[in-house]
Amino acid sequence: MAILSKEEAQAILKKVLSYSKADACEISLSGSDGGNIRYARNAVSTAGQISTMDLAVSSTFGKKTGTATINEFDDASLQKVVKRSEELAMLAPENPEYMPPLEPQTYQESKTYNEKTAAITPDTRAEMVAKSLSVSKSASLEAAGFLENSTRFRSIMNSKGLFAYNKGTNVSFSVTVRNQQGTGSGYIEQDFNDLDKMDTLALSKIAASKANGSAGAKAIEPGKYTVILEPLAASDMLGNMFRGFDARSADEGRSFMSKKGGGTRLGEQLFSENVNIYSDPTNADVPSATWSGDGIPVKRTQWVEKGVIKNLSYSRYWASQKGVQPLPFNSSIVLEGGNQSLEDLIKSTEKGILVTRFWYIRFVDPQTLLLTGLTRDGTFYIENGEIKFPVKNFRFNESPVIMLNNVEALGKPVRTGSGMIPPMKIRDFTFTSLSDAV
Amino acid sequence: MRRRDFLYLSGVGLGVSVAQSIPLVGKAISIEESLRPVEVQLKKKMADVALNAARSKGASYADVRIGRYLNQVIATREHQVQNIANTESYGLGIRVIANGSWGFAATNHLDNDSIAKAAEMAVAIARGNSRLLTEPVQLAPQKGFGEVSWKTPIEINAFEVPVKEKIDLLLDVNQQALKGGAKFVNSNLFMVNEQKYFASTEGSYIDQDIHRIWPTFTVTKIEAGKFETRNALSAPMGMGFEYLQPKETEKIKGGPVTLYKKRYDMLEDVKEATMHVTEKLKAKPVEPGKYDLVLDPSHLFLTIHESVGHPTELDRVLGYEANFAGTSFLTLDKWQSGKFNFGSKKVNILADKTQQDSLGAVGYDDEGVKCGQWNLIKDGILVNYQTIRDQAHILGLKASQGCCYADSWDSIPFQRMPNVSLAPGEVPLSAAEMVKNVEKGIYMFGRNSYSIDQQRYNFQFSAQLAYEIKEGKIVGLLKDAAYQSNTQEFWNSCVQLCDQKDYRLGGTFSDGKGQPSQASAVSHGCPTSRFNGVNVINTGRKI
Repeated sequence: MAILSKEEAQAILKKVLSYSKADACEISLSGSDGGNIRYARNAVSTAGQISTMDLAVSSTFGKKTGTATINEFDDASLQKVVKRSEELAMLAPENPEYMPPLEPQTYQESKTYNEKTAAITPDTRAEMVAKSLSVSKSASLEAAGFLENSTRFRSIMNSKGLFAYNKGTNVSFSVTVRNQQGTGSGYIEQDFNDLDKMDTLALSKIAASKANGSAGAKAIEPGKYTVILEPLAASDMLGNMFRGFDARSADEGRSFMSKKGGGTRLGEQLFSENVNIYSDPTNADVPSATWSGDGIPVKRTQWVEKGVIKNLSYSRYWASQKGVQPLPFNSSIVLEGGNQSLEDLIKSTEKGILVTRFWYIRFVDPQTLLLTGLTRDGTFYIENGEIKFPVKNFRFNESPVIMLNNVEALGKPVRTGSGMIPPMKIRDFTFTSLSDAV
Repeated sequence: MRRRDFLYLSGVGLGVSVAQSIPLVGKAISIEESLRPVEVQLKKKMADVALNAARSKGASYADVRIGRYLNQVIATREHQVQNIANTESYGLGIRVIANGSWGFAATNHLDNDSIAKAAEMAVAIARGNSRLLTEPVQLAPQKGFGEVSWKTPIEINAFEVPVKEKIDLLLDVNQQALKGGAKFVNSNLFMVNEQKYFASTEGSYIDQDIHRIWPTFTVTKIEAGKFETRNALSAPMGMGFEYLQPKETEKIKGGPVTLYKKRYDMLEDVKEATMHVTEKLKAKPVEPGKYDLVLDPSHLFLTIHESVGHPTELDRVLGYEANFAGTSFLTLDKWQSGKFNFGSKKVNILADKTQQDSLGAVGYDDEGVKCGQWNLIKDGILVNYQTIRDQAHILGLKASQGCCYADSWDSIPFQRMPNVSLAPGEVPLSAAEMVKNVEKGIYMFGRNSYSIDQQRYNFQFSAQLAYEIKEGKIVGLLKDAAYQSNTQEFWNSCVQLCDQKDYRLGGTFSDGKGQPSQASAVSHGCPTSRFNGVNVINTGRKI
C-alpha cells in the first residue's frame, strides 16, 4: 500500500482536490517502504521493517495559508484534512512571501527507480550483513554496521492543474571494522539506487584493510600539510559548502557568497581554475527526481565553471523579487575530475597526509565557511609517493572555499552520498591539534 | 521529537514553501483536540492486547509503549510568521524477548487485530534474530509498579496558551531587535508534550505526561561587508509556559550579561543581544595562547554534554555505537581500577533523571524503571556509567539505572543520556568574585561551534560571547576565540566552582544517536566554573 503507482497517486490527489473550497490548494502525497538491520560486536543488534504514507494539504485564502497532514486515507479522513487546512488558513496571519501555485510543467524522465532494489527482503539484508560479518570474523576483527533500503514515491498536485510524480529506490551500507586491541579502525559507506552495484563483501574488506593498516599510528606535528582526501572525506567538506549556494542569504549579506558592499559573488572567480561543479538529476550514476518539492523542473545546472560561480539557487519568492527565474538546488552534484586514481594521486605526492574520512564537522565561522572537525578511521603519512605509516588523528580548522583554491589535482569521481566526488589533492590544509581517538 | 521534524517545522532553508515545511510524520490537529488525553483505561486495554498476544506467541518478556507525541512550533522572522504547526503522532510499539533475542514492531492502527499482529511480528523478528545471537539477553530484575502515573510539574500548559499570545511575544521580540538596529531576526518557540503509556509483562502500567519548551532567537547585524549574530541565552526546559514569565528573583545581574535561571525574559535578552551584536562587529581578534577560562553555564553545559555525558554511555563503551557516534575513551578497565583521574578533586558529576525542570526528568524510563540519581565522577574519579536493563549485569549492578528512551512509538528504545550535571562548589562564590582573581582569561557565554572526536578526547568549542579578562577586570569582547583541549586534561584544569546560587540548567532538544538516528532531549546543570591554562586559538580567516 505504501508505494502507489503514478495513476493511483493521481486518483487520490484528484479526489482530495475535489473537496477544496479554498482560493488555492496544493497537495503532496508520499510513501516509503523499507527496512534496516544494525549490527555491532560482530552480531546483529536490531532490525526493523517500516512502511508509511502521508498526505499534506495546503489551502490558501488570499495570502493566508494553512497546512494539515494525515496518514489515513478513507474518504472521511481526506475530507477532514482538507477542511482542517482551510480552518487553519482562516486563522493564519497573511504571509507576504506567499507564492500562488505553479502552472503545469513538463519534466524529464526520472532514473531513480530500480526493480531489484525495490524487491529487497529482510532475508536479502541478513545475507548482505552475513557477508560483511564473514570478513571481520575470519580476520579476528570486530564489525559494527548498518544496512538500510527504501522505496519511496512522492507526488504533488495543485489547483492550477500541476501534477508531478517520482518513484525511487535506495540502498545504503556502512561498516566500521576495528581490531580487537582497539588500536586500528577502518570505515566505508556507500549509497546506490541499484542493488547490483552494492557489494558488502568487497566494501567490508576495504574497511578491514584500513583497520589493520591504521593500527599503531604515530603522532606527527599538526600544521599545514598537502592532503589527499578520499572522496568520502572531500564530500564531507563540500556538503557543508553547497548549502551556501542560496541567493537569498547571499543577497541579504549573511553568507560566504555575499559580496562586500552588497550583492552576491555570482560571476566571481572564487575557486581554482580546475574546479567545475554541476548537478544533473538524470545522471545515471547519481539520479534524483526531475522536479523540486514545489514542482519546478530540475535540469542540468552548472554551478561552478573554471572556478567561477555561474549560478546560485533562487526560491520562487526570491526569484520574483530579483526578476530572475527560480532555480532549485539539486543533490545530484558532480565535481568533475580527471582520470587519475587515488593511487596515482599518492604516487605523485612527495610529502603529505592521506585522509580517508572526517568526523564531527561543524561551522566555526559562517562568513568564511571555516569548519572544524577531525580525521577518523585511517589517516596515513605519505612520503615519496608511498604510504609510509598510519598517523594519529588530527583536528582541522579549514574552509572548503580556501581548500578549493588550493587544488593540486583531482582524480576520477566516484559515487559518494548522492553526488560524484573525486579524490582530491589539496595543498596547505590546516591541522591544528592531535587526537588520541582511534 | 526527531531533530529533522523541528528543522522542517521551523522552515529552515529560506524560501521553503509551507507544504514542504510540515513534517510528514504526524497529523495536524486542533489545539482543543490536543488537550484531550487518551483514556488511561483504553490504553491499558490496548497494552494488554499486545502483551497477551506476545506471551501467547512465546515471548518470555514483553513491553509496550503507547505514545501520543504533540508538538507545536511557531517560527517567525522580522515582521512575519513563517509557520505555525500543530502536529500529532500516535501509535504503539512492542518489544519482546523470544529465544533470548530482542524483537520490535510498531503500528499506528490501534484496533485489537493490528496490535496483536504487531506483537506477533515482534516475536517473529526476535526468533529470526536469535539465529545470529552470540549471547542471550540478560535483563536486570525489575518489579512491576501496578497502575501508576507521573506528570511534569508544570504551572501553565503551553498548549493551552492562545496561539496569538505566543505570536505576539515572538513578533515583539523581533520588533525589539529591529528597533535596536538589527538587520535580520528570527525567533522560534518549540513546545512538546509526550503522553506516554508503558506496560510490561512484569506488571507495570505507567502513564506519563511530559512537557518541554524552548524559546529561541537569532539577531543579525551587518556592517561594512561583515555580519555577526547573537543567539538567545535561553535554555530548553522541562517546563510549561511559566518559563516565559520573567521573574526578577530568577535573574542574575551585575555581570556583562543578564542571565536567567528558571524564568526567562525573552524581551530583555533580545534587547541585550542586539547591543551585543554591535559590540561583536567591533570586537578585537583574540591573541592565540593559554588562557584561564571562566565558563558560564549557558556555555559549559554543552562541554559537559559532549565530554562527560557521551563517554559515560555504556553502549558506546561496549562498541554498540562504533559505526556512528563512536566509542569511548572511558573503557571498563579505567572504571574497574577505581582510580581513573577524570578530573580535579573539585569535579563531581551526577547523572539524574529526577531533577525538576530538566529535560530528562521523568518518573520512569522507557522500560519501566523508576528514575533516580547517581554519581558518574566522584571527587574527580570515574565511578559509574549510564545503563539500561540489558547492560546492568556488565557492571555487576542489580538494577538498571533507568536510562532507556525511544523518541517515538515506532522507534526501538535504547540507552540514552540522563541529565548529566556538574555539582556546584560548597564554598560561597559568585561569578563576579571568580572573575576578580583571574589575571589573563576569557569569560564565555552561550553555545556556538562544537566538535569532539569519536572517543571523546579532543574537542573544540566556541561561544556566543567571549569577554577578555585582564587583571581581574572584564575589558571587552573578543572575536574568533575557540578553545581546544583534551577531556581529561580539561577537567583536571578545573580549579574553582561557583556555589549553588549560580547553578543553572542548559540543554538540548536534539541529542542524536543510533541508526536510524533518534533524538533525545537532555539537560546539564552547572555553576560558572574556572579552568586554568586552556589553549585558545584564533579562528579568523580571509576568503
